[in-house]
Amino acid sequence: MAFAYFPHTEDDVRQMLDRIGVGSLEDLYSDVPQDVIYRDEFDLPDAMSELEVRQYFEGLAEYNTSLFCLCGLGAYDHYSPAVIPHIISRSEFLTAYTPYQPEVSQGTLRYIFEYQSMITELTGMDCTNASMYDGATAAAEAMMMAMASTKKKTRVLLSEGLLPQVVGVVKTYAKFNGVQLGFIPCQDGQTSYGALAAELAAGDVAGVLVPGINRYGIIEDMTGFADAVHAQKGLYMVYSDPSSLAVIKTPGEWGADIVCGDSQSLGIPLCYGGPYVGFLACKKEHVRKLPGRIVGATRDVDGKRAYVLTLQAREQHIRREKATSNICSNQSLMALYVTVYMSLMGPKGLREVNELSYGGAHYLHDRLLETGLFEKAFDKPFLKEFTLKALVPARKIQDALMLIGVFGAVEVEEGLVNFCVTEKVSKENIDAVVEYLKELEA
Amino acid sequence: MAKTVEGLYYSESHEWVKVEGNVAVIGITDFAQHAMGDLSYVDMPEVDDEFEAGEEFGAVESVKAASDLFCPVSGTVVEINEELEDAPELLNQDAFANWIMKVEMSDPSELEGLMDAAAYEAMCANE
Amino acid sequence: MKYYDKLIFDLSKAGRQGYSLPVNRWENSVSELPAGLRRSAAPALPEVSELDVVRHYTNLSQMNFGVDSGFYPLGSCTMKYNPKINEEIAAMPAFAGLHPLQPYQTVQGVLRLYKDLSHALSEITGMAEFTLNPFAGAHGELTGLMVIRQYHMSRGDIKRTRIIVPDSAHGTNPASAAVCGLEIVQVKSKANGLVDVEDLKPLLDDTIAGIMMTNPNTLGLFEKDIKEIAALVHDCGGLLYYDGANMNPLMGVVRPGDMGFDVLHLNLHKTFSTPHGGGGPGAGPVGVAAHLVGHLPVPKVVESEDGTLQIVDAEGEPCGRISGFMGNFGVLLRAYTYILMLGKQNLKMVGPLAVLGANYIKESLKDCFELPIESVCKHEFVFDGLKDKSTGVTTLDIAKRLLDYGFHAPTIYFPLLFHQAIMIEPTETESKETLDGFIEIMKHIAAEAGSDPESLKTAPHTTPVRRLDETTAARQPILRYKDMN
Repeated sequence: MAFAYFPHTEDDVRQMLDRIGVGSLEDLYSDVPQDVIYRDEFDLPDAMSELEVRQYFEGLAEYNTSLFCLCGLGAYDHYSPAVIPHIISRSEFLTAYTPYQPEVSQGTLRYIFEYQSMITELTGMDCTNASMYDGATAAAEAMMMAMASTKKKTRVLLSEGLLPQVVGVVKTYAKFNGVQLGFIPCQDGQTSYGALAAELAAGDVAGVLVPGINRYGIIEDMTGFADAVHAQKGLYMVYSDPSSLAVIKTPGEWGADIVCGDSQSLGIPLCYGGPYVGFLACKKEHVRKLPGRIVGATRDVDGKRAYVLTLQAREQHIRREKATSNICSNQSLMALYVTVYMSLMGPKGLREVNELSYGGAHYLHDRLLETGLFEKAFDKPFLKEFTLKALVPARKIQDALMLIGVFGAVEVEEGLVNFCVTEKVSKENIDAVVEYLKELEA
Repeated sequence: MAKTVEGLYYSESHEWVKVEGNVAVIGITDFAQHAMGDLSYVDMPEVDDEFEAGEEFGAVESVKAASDLFCPVSGTVVEINEELEDAPELLNQDAFANWIMKVEMSDPSELEGLMDAAAYEAMCANE
Repeated sequence: MKYYDKLIFDLSKAGRQGYSLPVNRWENSVSELPAGLRRSAAPALPEVSELDVVRHYTNLSQMNFGVDSGFYPLGSCTMKYNPKINEEIAAMPAFAGLHPLQPYQTVQGVLRLYKDLSHALSEITGMAEFTLNPFAGAHGELTGLMVIRQYHMSRGDIKRTRIIVPDSAHGTNPASAAVCGLEIVQVKSKANGLVDVEDLKPLLDDTIAGIMMTNPNTLGLFEKDIKEIAALVHDCGGLLYYDGANMNPLMGVVRPGDMGFDVLHLNLHKTFSTPHGGGGPGAGPVGVAAHLVGHLPVPKVVESEDGTLQIVDAEGEPCGRISGFMGNFGVLLRAYTYILMLGKQNLKMVGPLAVLGANYIKESLKDCFELPIESVCKHEFVFDGLKDKSTGVTTLDIAKRLLDYGFHAPTIYFPLLFHQAIMIEPTETESKETLDGFIEIMKHIAAEAGSDPESLKTAPHTTPVRRLDETTAARQPILRYKDMN
């Protein structure tokens, strides 16, 4: 039975069985009805050595095509500094559980406190939890929070400018949780104030969720939105890209009560969609309705500064079905990831990431218009991703780009395509893409 | 041993009621605060909220526990004890001196369904 | 472990930087944006050098205890060894660099893994098909319950909005049910710790969507009436949900599908060795029986006749989308690595060896600690405090004292059925020597409770910080750096 992860010798097993007072390992299942015992062989491979496992995955990787990324839409190819993987693979962080025993978990608790400090700083909120699964589920939790905070209302409004995967998840949670959703259409690429006002006038609105930067890449001008929602005693909620908040107006400045989104943009690798890390932040009057883990500062019996999971009376292990949510974990290690990222970048580095992305995106935007394949779809401010109207079938452009190993021009709506530029994209990269597309046109 | 106060009405869910005219002053009992331990938060209703007798109107929380509060009589909230927002420990110090909310009763006859101090003590003794 | 008192903000000094980025040669700048769309002042993030960051987080890590640090017998959490090869595979650039919206033709390797891991989990659990999209155990529970509700709704059976949950269940069960819009009906445990079938019978009617069960349950006991329970619930038109948090002792020995369960979730971060990461990321795949496959969430991976794998957003009558993309892919890679390393033979040893360790500790300590239910346990068991109740030493004191001796504490005060619950789960990756060391210290602590109870009541003494003032933390919450001092 010798295997690298099982330390038992035959003699160990014998001695342990003797202490227990049974004759065999099978006897440990004497309480299990014999007709449910599985006696067949699994239809699975034989054990592999590490070398063979490595070779297996190298073989599997051959079936993937690595592409140069010019796509955003909720997952952003920002540069990840070398330091981060070294820190997050420290086994004291990696192999720990949720910090239930604070005396031996100060490392985890401390970085979560730092994470909370940084996320509130970026969003302009007072409080945040220790992170969520991803942006889309964080939006669903925000919806439930709005319902819990505004008693007896039944509706939540979503901007149609939200990413489709976010709307999809919120719809699923709403369907089962008994929340009625209303939708606010976009006009000229931006959430319509008129439509919002009309929906609010219909009444019964617990909350409204609008993206800070929408699915077209446009930075939403939310002038008057929060006031209109507050006038109806609803909560104003913003779905944000935290990287962008180093430079664009914060949800706090827009008057938001709750902010959610995905922090993948803070240097987390694309990794085919996960693990990422959602965030959920709010004004302090709503902290008791905030789901998930929250870390607070306190002191130990000797007066030393220490940190602990706090406000736990909101949670499922105490409240069971009356908890604010069923969430009982966070994406802790990914919260550490973005905390280390924000520490390295600081306010200047994060600004510079945005400057490089903005500069590159605007250069690509203008040069793509030269190719004759596109025209402007909107005339609105954008940061690092934008939408153009394709003058030939979008699929054709996307396929052509793939031939030169580039992923971009993803169709977001009939005839409209997305491009995104980060600091990883150089002028030479863009020029090469544009020249190629020009030839394609010819 | 948890104390009780004569002349108050008591509910099975450990709230006390003191009647002042048509207003019910409502709090939690000494027994309840003992059972909860150090309180960290009182979730209170808002003025003008309306409750039926037996309806949940808030909660008390300690570090490791939470307990819902149930309104012993039907009516409308006319005042809440804002002091508890910053000092939930007042309920630990003296549960009877620190009320949680005042309710304008819509049906004072509901008081008859509540217990007196002796009956409440007897109930607690069995818990 | 040594105490270190800084936050990263304490190290900040204006003008320092920890990053290096390409020189900005672009013509356009963010300052062109209308002032009304720009942030008014820069965020107060730390300004530190790269070495500051490395030392700071290294110092923080040294105040943490992980599975690699020592024995971590946390009940219901399955803190088994997290193999290092898992991490290397998950970090392979050929996977880590893929955008989640890339066309299916360019991610066939990813989709193959998704399909093969689904197949492996189906084999191990006896279910027909899996979704790997849920991010965690609680998320899997919620997804599984959505599948159950969707099944009833698709049949027009809309009044099934109540779900039965045993009183010994993990707190997430009722919480997930509530988020899913279900009303909870509690069923009691008998004195032997198992679900009371007689108590269950009168609860079963045409409003019941199903029952959630953990088997073995949170006392580590196998619910031997499971087939009778399954028949009763199915007869009333309900479905059986299996909480896979306690799957480890059954791996290779009993398959939930064969016990009659219709839906289940697994915790890849428990049974399949992916690291807990201080609270996540994990993964909570959901498996279903054949008649529920059409209700699994989207997106799904579907194999076409020529063997090409495609992603579909609508097929059957799905419960909906429950994740932004397709789950925590990096965690899925780790779990499949583990399955390949073990292979079909070693997978069958996981359960028996985990159960062996738990019973060995239980039998070795039951003279010093109160064992409320005498029975062969599965992967874990529960003591109800010390046998000698006269010392005033509580379960909390025992847990804190264990920290002084270099062990992580077990799960305490859960399940709620006992006042002084201590729940111990050793897993199959711990050696007899480690278990003997733990047993010896537990006996020593039991003796200390008599001879020197004060040292227990004030424990821990050797950790970076000692017992914390949790009441003040909850009364006056300080949740960010800005609010300190």
